[in-house]
Amino acid sequence: MMADKERCEVVIVGAGPAGISCGYVLAKAGVQVLILERGQYPGAKNMFGGIFFSDQMSKLIPNFYNEAPVERFVAKKHYSMLIDDSEIALSFEAEGFKKPPYNHSFIVRRSVFDKWFAKKAEEQGATIICGVTVTDFLWDGNKVAGVTTSPGDDNALLADVVICAEGANSLLSGKAGLRNRLSMRSRSIGVKEVIGLGKDVIDERFGLTAREGAAYEYFADATPGMLGDGFIYTNLDSVSVGVAVIISDLYSSENAVSPNELLERFKHHPCIWPLIKGGQTLEYSAHMIPMDGYRNIPKLFTDRLILVGDAAGFVNNSVCHEGVNMAMASGIMAAETILEKRKKRRYNARDLSLYERLLKDSFVLDNMKSSRDFIDILRTHKELINEYPHVLKDVLAKFFEVGDVPKRVTKGNIFHMVRRRLNFVRTAKTFASLLKSGI
Amino acid sequence: MSTEKDKNQVSLDDKLFTVRRKSLRASHIRLDERLCKDCLRRICTYLCPAEVYVWNEAENRIDIRYENCLECGACRVACDGIEWSNPMWGAGISYKNS
Repeated sequence: MMADKERCEVVIVGAGPAGISCGYVLAKAGVQVLILERGQYPGAKNMFGGIFFSDQMSKLIPNFYNEAPVERFVAKKHYSMLIDDSEIALSFEAEGFKKPPYNHSFIVRRSVFDKWFAKKAEEQGATIICGVTVTDFLWDGNKVAGVTTSPGDDNALLADVVICAEGANSLLSGKAGLRNRLSMRSRSIGVKEVIGLGKDVIDERFGLTAREGAAYEYFADATPGMLGDGFIYTNLDSVSVGVAVIISDLYSSENAVSPNELLERFKHHPCIWPLIKGGQTLEYSAHMIPMDGYRNIPKLFTDRLILVGDAAGFVNNSVCHEGVNMAMASGIMAAETILEKRKKRRYNARDLSLYERLLKDSFVLDNMKSSRDFIDILRTHKELINEYPHVLKDVLAKFFEVGDVPKRVTKGNIFHMVRRRLNFVRTAKTFASLLKSGI
Repeated sequence: MSTEKDKNQVSLDDKLFTVRRKSLRASHIRLDERLCKDCLRRICTYLCPAEVYVWNEAENRIDIRYENCLECGACRVACDGIEWSNPMWGAGISYKNS
């Protein structure tokens, strides 16, 4: 029964950065590789905030940005806390970021960019079939033997080894027993709007020229009382505006508020609205973000199966938001593992454990490990987002207040206010643990 | 009198209209309705970015507007009673600007 099925050396489920990277490297080395994508084209179902960290891409395709459809490079980073109707911000613009390789940070639209990257993998010899949904694995006893694309074995495909690059909403990793049911703490929900504004308007509002872009990140009251953030990223002639929050915080918030309402509140914050007003919403989108963290990484492989990218939870949940580069690195390392084990054509769990060793020796698991406590610190010290920013805002408001009260008196008042509202020892401890948590 | 904010608010229906789709022949979402009747939180009714789940007071159950689904999967994470599967044969959303 198995013998009469189509056979392929490597099947990759999902044409996102992780899956395409894996396919690219394998095809380049002459492996027969098939990528199955459930969208009508690569990128059709893919969405992220907006920044593509390209260090891994540069390894595969040097100077890729000269031909790839990137919107802008990130010239300006802006970290901000929204507090009630106020804003405290840190803006960073470095000359070094404005020269190749542009600090490996580009703003892209995934529906366009992933399509381009998929084409590059095809040029290397990978086959990509779109509009095909993998519903389960094909099993040989308790070992993965391939994939099936509909109930029953009618549309099954045999493979020596399968790469699961399904993304944040991975169903197959659970079916293979590599992870438990996703918990509400292990995923954020992100929503965004792409708002058309025109290049001149964007350049003027964000202080940009030519292909310079801006990445604005917003914390604290961007998602009031919840663990999350808001963002604005500049495309060439549109902006991506969005918010993301941990699902468990949405669940436990007192007033049932939807992601779309959170986005509308964020958009209409007095410090946000002037940046995005007058535009037209071109597209609305939603996607989950892995928040598994280092301690809850799923099992990364089993006999003849490897998890890569978001499906494996490879997102650095620190303020740096790295994800795409980790996805690509994991795809590349899965490919390297297969190339090594291909000599003996053995892909049992013991053979594939090389993949985990490669990850451990790389920035992927190193970063995840060093920031493993960050989210937990924010979760257990809600004062970091609910209390301290408000104290800081009141300090600054008093400090900058113009009047005939002597500054000496004002400073004294500020000191007393801060001492009344904060326990210095506790605050110092909290900040120490925040710094230690791998911010 | 509508405020400036109301005027500038884009409705969710308008937002959903921006998303290109290939129509789904059948619902890709199943719900264990027995759980809904005793569910106090009904997180599905506000967690979903596309408001796919609407409580039907008259019939005492959840209506599923699966055609609006943005395929994020958050609902299945939040509720044990929701069985969500990927649409087949390229059906569902196709982002072109995101």
